[in-house]
Amino acid sequence: MTPVLEVKNLSTHFMTRRGALKAVDDVSFTVGQREIVGLVGESGSGKSITGFSILGLVDPPGRVVNGQILFNGDDLLKMSPAAMRTIRGKRIAMIFQDPMMTLNPVLSVGTQMIETVQAHDRVSRAEARQRSRDALGLVGIPSPEERLDSYPHQFSGGMRQRVAIAIALLHRPDLIIADEPTTALDVTIQSQILFEIKRLAGEFGMALIWISHDLGVVAALADRIMVMYAGRIVEAGRVDGVLTEPRHPYTSGLLSAVPAAVPRGEPLRPIPGFAPSPLSRPSGCAFRDRCARATDICATEPMLEIAAGREFRCFHPHLWSAA
Amino acid sequence: MTVFVIRRFLQSIAVLIVTAVIVFIGIYAIGDPAEMLIAPDASPAERAQVVASLGLDKPLWEQFFTFAWNALHGDLGRSFVFNRPSIALIFERLPATLELTLTGLVFALVLGIPLGLLSGLKPNSATDEVIMTGSIFGFSLPSFWQGMMLIMIFSVWLGWLPSTGRGQMGEFLGIHSSLFTLDGLTHLILPAINLSLFKLSLVIRLTRTGVRETMPLDFVKFARAKGISERRIVFVHVFKNILIPLITVIGLELGSMLAFAVVTETIFAWPGIGKLLIDSIMRLDRPVVVAYLLVIVSLFIFINFVVDVLYSLVDPRVRLGGAQ
Repeated sequence: MTPVLEVKNLSTHFMTRRGALKAVDDVSFTVGQREIVGLVGESGSGKSITGFSILGLVDPPGRVVNGQILFNGDDLLKMSPAAMRTIRGKRIAMIFQDPMMTLNPVLSVGTQMIETVQAHDRVSRAEARQRSRDALGLVGIPSPEERLDSYPHQFSGGMRQRVAIAIALLHRPDLIIADEPTTALDVTIQSQILFEIKRLAGEFGMALIWISHDLGVVAALADRIMVMYAGRIVEAGRVDGVLTEPRHPYTSGLLSAVPAAVPRGEPLRPIPGFAPSPLSRPSGCAFRDRCARATDICATEPMLEIAAGREFRCFHPHLWSAA
Repeated sequence: MTVFVIRRFLQSIAVLIVTAVIVFIGIYAIGDPAEMLIAPDASPAERAQVVASLGLDKPLWEQFFTFAWNALHGDLGRSFVFNRPSIALIFERLPATLELTLTGLVFALVLGIPLGLLSGLKPNSATDEVIMTGSIFGFSLPSFWQGMMLIMIFSVWLGWLPSTGRGQMGEFLGIHSSLFTLDGLTHLILPAINLSLFKLSLVIRLTRTGVRETMPLDFVKFARAKGISERRIVFVHVFKNILIPLITVIGLELGSMLAFAVVTETIFAWPGIGKLLIDSIMRLDRPVVVAYLLVIVSLFIFINFVVDVLYSLVDPRVRLGGAQ
């Protein structure tokens, strides 16, 4: 089966006065049909910018400077703005992090849904309203007909995120990019939303890129996981493999910093130091300053190694007996 | 909504009473109109008679309560100078001022909003720089000087437009206005521009700031991610949000435009209410000054009320009276 999305050597830079800021640096990955991929990393690792790059929504001074983004075989980077608009919301939808901010406060929920239907399909207002109502029902919003006339401030955070998901589902897209959609929500609401999204993605056969800094969420949801650090993917593979037997020291560092993963009574081991400033990244492996396993060779760029369905960029990967 | 209107109405009455007291005492303190009205060679007996006929011999509090009692019966007093009801004088002049102010406001909005949008959508472009520089002139050059320059250029040098008066008036639906004749319109253009230049700059800047603040917000990006056209994003998503501060400020400014059209009316000899006020203050014509201020305060209250209603229409988070 051809993958839904194939990103090749994507680089998105921000042109600042102090030079080009490499937010996304030579990133390649694929998302297969119906596949759920988790994109994990710290703040500033470039995971959200990767998502926005796919949709062509990087704000200036940011710019995709290199690469290919093949969506069902077509390069999105070569498309005209008008053609790109017909893809956004129709074939690829996005869900944002903060549901309090993603809905326009002065337009009713109905208006914001109907316009999404009518932006892509030539249908009557009544039909668009009907479809919007069905979508609201689908994501578990009670009495959707009445809720269409409500305004965003009349919804709770979790309900607003459900509305955003309903909007993303309106056109049954091939791919949904979810940018930390549960981060701003209460834990109980989080798991509900997670469950709903997973159910709906399965039901409609949609592929999903789930951007998160929360390993626990990704573990519960994704088929595959990609770990990003300083604009690059440092490790990628199947979720169970990556989380139980991480090869890259950064991935293992992330895992031993998660409270739930560490046995009770044992101290958490935070990764020492800070992520490097995107303006002054060390040459070679960007993680070497914080890495216990680093040697002189890490000053040169580690190549991508592919072994047993696992990809990683490291000269000194962890070795596991099974591998 | 009904509760809101009633509450607002009671508040308005309180404001009117307080204004009346302040204005009445203030104008009493300025000077004695008898000095202005009575000929210097009048005999003490004649003098006493005039003072008594105007009620100026009574103590301040009694004068005020007489005024207040009459005001409750719709009589705001007779002008000392014209010997006519002051309210009639004001309503005679008010339409001219309203016409001038509203034309100026429309001018400021019709030009200001598109220019502000243009500027805000392409920040730091050449267009933006030109518009912003222009608006600095609108802000900083004094209104009277702008007025004189307009007359200089368009009336004296180019001879295109008349510089004084209201011109010929037409009648439409029972309203007399300069708007309905060509001659009247040519008379209206210069003073309306003069009055609107400052507000134009204000509207441009408000709109620009609004666009600049709204465009980077998540809901704009989300609208893009939904595939909404850029046009709809600007004119529906962004514009409706900008309208909120715009309505607030314009409401306040409309009142001040009405009240302070004085400068423009003086320069262009526009027979409006502002000129009447200046003349009345000079002659210490108390009833006209008091009536004028009460009318202006009422207008302010009315405009603010309209603003609040508009506000609730534009911003669903502000629903008047709470429960729907």
